[in-house]
Amino acid sequence: MDLTNLTISQIHRGLLRKEFSAVELVQAFLQRIEREEKKIRAFITLSEESAITQAKKIDEMIFQGRELPLLGGVPAVIKDNILVEGLRCTAGSLILENYIAPYDAFVIKKLKSQGVIILGKANMDEFAIGSSGEYSAFGITRNPHDLERVPGGSSSGSAAAVSAQMACFALGSDTGGSIRLPASFCGVVGMKPTYGSVSRFGLIAMASSLDQIGPLTKTVEDNEIVFEAIKGKDPLDSTSVVPPLSLPKFQISDLKIGLPKEYFIEGINPEVRELINLTIKKFEELGAKIEEISLPHTKYALPTYYIIMTAEVSSNLARYDGIKYGFSIERGEKKNTFSLLDVYLQTREKGLGEEVRRRIMLGTYVLSAGYYEAYYLQAQKVRTLIRDDFRKAFEKVDIILTPVSPTPAFKIGEKIKDPLTMYLSDIFTVSLNLAGLPGISIPCGKIGKLPVGFQLIGKPFQEKMILEAGKIFERAYYEL
Amino acid sequence: MLSKKEVAHIAKLARLGLSKKEIQKMQKDLSAILNYIEKLKEVNTKEVKPTSHPFALVNIMREDRARKESPERISQLIKLSPQREKGYIKVKSVWT
Repeated sequence: MDLTNLTISQIHRGLLRKEFSAVELVQAFLQRIEREEKKIRAFITLSEESAITQAKKIDEMIFQGRELPLLGGVPAVIKDNILVEGLRCTAGSLILENYIAPYDAFVIKKLKSQGVIILGKANMDEFAIGSSGEYSAFGITRNPHDLERVPGGSSSGSAAAVSAQMACFALGSDTGGSIRLPASFCGVVGMKPTYGSVSRFGLIAMASSLDQIGPLTKTVEDNEIVFEAIKGKDPLDSTSVVPPLSLPKFQISDLKIGLPKEYFIEGINPEVRELINLTIKKFEELGAKIEEISLPHTKYALPTYYIIMTAEVSSNLARYDGIKYGFSIERGEKKNTFSLLDVYLQTREKGLGEEVRRRIMLGTYVLSAGYYEAYYLQAQKVRTLIRDDFRKAFEKVDIILTPVSPTPAFKIGEKIKDPLTMYLSDIFTVSLNLAGLPGISIPCGKIGKLPVGFQLIGKPFQEKMILEAGKIFERAYYEL
Repeated sequence: MLSKKEVAHIAKLARLGLSKKEIQKMQKDLSAILNYIEKLKEVNTKEVKPTSHPFALVNIMREDRARKESPERISQLIKLSPQREKGYIKVKSVWT
C-alpha cells in the first residue's frame, strides 16, 4: 500500500484498524520527500524530528484506545507565511530568513488540537506576492507534472507538495488567486473560503482586506474536512465571523449554475476552453441547470485589485523596518553608525525582493497626496460595483462556474521579465477576493501532462454549496 | 512616464533604498502598470460608495483589557529585535 497516496478518511480508517501506525505513515512521507524534494523544492523548512515525536503521541493515543479526531496523525505542510510556534517562518523573504515564530496561528492551533502532524513549511512567492512561485528568495519550486514549468503561486510549495504526495494536505493563503491558481496548475483541489470564514491571526499579512487562509488537498472531500477544522470566529481577528446556520439540503437537480459571459472570452487557451466545456456538460448530465449570466465590471477587476492590493501591501510591509524583528543592517558589524533613516532605507533595500519593492512603490504612489482619490478611492468604488455584480447574479443562480486561469502552467522564466503579463494570470481569480466570495479550484482534465482546473464560486459563507457540487462532479469524473 | 524625481520621492515616502539603475527600471515598470490601471477612470462612480470590507461589518468590540503574557513570552518577543536594553527594544533617536 502506498501510504502517501491516501485521502484523509483512508488514513483515519487505516490508523484505527492498525493497518499502519502514525510513525510508519510519517516515515513514508519523509522517504517520499527525501526522493522528490531535490527535484521539486517545495519546502523551505522541514521538521522531521517534531513530526516523528508527534506521530509517536498519536500512536500512543490509538494504543490506549482514546478517540482519534479525523485529522489525528494526518501529515500536512504549511505555507511559510503561517506561524507555527518554534519553527522558522520566512514568508519566502530574506528579511525574515532567521525569524522563528513565537506563537501559533489560529488555524495551526485548530489543526494541532486535532493531532495534525506538521512535516514542514512550504515554499512561496515572497510575502505571497506572485503568481508563479518564482519570486521566492529560497529558490523556485517546480511543477511536479513538468519540472520545466512553474507550479503557480503564490502557494507554490503547498500545491506542489500535495501534488507530489509529499504531504497529505497543505494550508495556503489566497489574496488574488494564490491557492486556486497553483491548485489548478498542479492538479489538486484548492479553496479560498469566504473573507472572514477563517481567522487570519498568525498569517503574515499581505493585503488585509483580501487575504484568506484555505486548504489544498487531493480531493474535494478532504478539502471540506480541513476547512471544517480551521474555520471559525476568533477574538484575535475582528474580521472573522460566526458563519450563518447550515444550508437547506443540497440536491444537484435544484442547482442553478451561472456562466458569466465575460469569463468566456477570446484569449483563453482553446484546450482549456474545451475542458471547461466538458465540465459544464458533465454538470448538465448530472441534472444541474446552466444559465448564462453577466458580471459587467469584470474587465475592471484586475486594475482595481492592483490598486487596492498594492496600497495594502505598502502599509502592511512598512513593519519590516529593521527595528523590531527580522533582518536589519543594525545586526551587522557596523551597527550604531547608521541614522534612523539609513536603517530603514538600507534594511529594506537589502532585505526585500524586486517584485515586493515594485508593489510597495506602486502602493505608496496610489496612496500619496494628489493621487489618492484618482486611484485608491476610485478603486474602492469600483470594488463596490464588482461586488454588486455578483450580488445581482446570485439572485438568479446558486453558484458560478468559470476557468481558473486562461492557460495551463507556463514555463519557468516565461513571464518573469514582464510584470504585467504575470499579473494577467490572475484575471479569473481576483474578483472573488474583491467581493469576499468563496471559490474552489477542482481538476477537470489535462492538456498533455499539464493539469487544468475549473473554478466554482459560491455566495458568501456558502462554502458548503460549492463543496457539495464539487464532490458530485468529482465522483462522476473519476467514474469515467 | 514618471520622472526620476517622482520615483525617488515615492521611494523616500516608502522608506525604500533604490540604486540609480533600479530607479530607471522602476520608472519604466511603474509607468507601464499605471498605464494599465488608468482604464479604471472611465468607470462612472458618481453615486457609488467605496468598499473597504466586503461585508461591511461595523464596530467589532472587545473588552479593553490587556492579555496577560508570561515573562518568558515577552522576553522571547523582545529578543527578536536587533538592539535591546533592559527588556526594551532600543531604537535610534529620531532627531540627531
